Amino acid sequence: MDLSLSTHTIGDRTVVEVGGEIDVYTAPKLREQLVELVNDGNYHLIVDMEGVDFLDSTGLGVLVGGLKRVRAHEGSLRLVCNQERILKIFRITGLTKVFPIHNSVEEAVSATD
Amino acid sequence: MATVELRFSALPEHVRTARLVAAAVARRVGVDESVLDEVRLAVGEACSRAVGLHRRGGIDGAVRVALIDQEKRFFIEVEDEAGPAGVPSADRGEDSDAEEDALGLAVITGLVEDVEVTNGAEGGLIRMSWPVSDPSVDD
Repeated sequence: MDLSLSTHTIGDRTVVEVGGEIDVYTAPKLREQLVELVNDGNYHLIVDMEGVDFLDSTGLGVLVGGLKRVRAHEGSLRLVCNQERILKIFRITGLTKVFPIHNSVEEAVSATD
Repeated sequence: MATVELRFSALPEHVRTARLVAAAVARRVGVDESVLDEVRLAVGEACSRAVGLHRRGGIDGAVRVALIDQEKRFFIEVEDEAGPAGVPSADRGEDSDAEEDALGLAVITGLVEDVEVTNGAEGGLIRMSWPVSDPSVDD
């Protein structure tokens, strides 16, 4: 299982749908995608992780990097994830306090905080 | 002797193979099904860290993964050949490698109760273990 990435926009939000495994081998592809989006002026990102089967700390690092980039432009990076085994990794590392994590793309799109 | 031993060039593309082999062997020796995700993640983190240490140090070499079924516990050892503990090279990448390394270790220590991280002259060793359920139960 490799990594799949696709993007679409909803209003001023850009949704990045991620599928497959985010690990030390595939994470650079996600990093490239996030960097490209920010460079193209997309500062409100939603990373939909419902199709993710595996996530490790390299993937977490890429998401943190993405968050730093959008914040530099006063943007936001929200995650969509319902899978307990993935959420557990965010909890262990304390990143649940760093990322807004939503149950659905709709919820993430309408979130303003 | 290890139940299964694996050596791979310290490259990111081989980490997935190590995860799959470790999970398969863990299942085989009777590690509880509910813990397999944890085993997979922990061994992946340890291997990613080893690969990262090699890469950052610009050191070729192999990562050794030993999967050992011993005295009702399943041990995994991940050993690198990246030299004495993480000599961080300055100015690497835009996303901090040290940060990723710290996250990796945080995941391992957060997941695995029995874990030991040591460093020698030739490289580091991460040793982790999990309980094995009754070996007489076999599907």
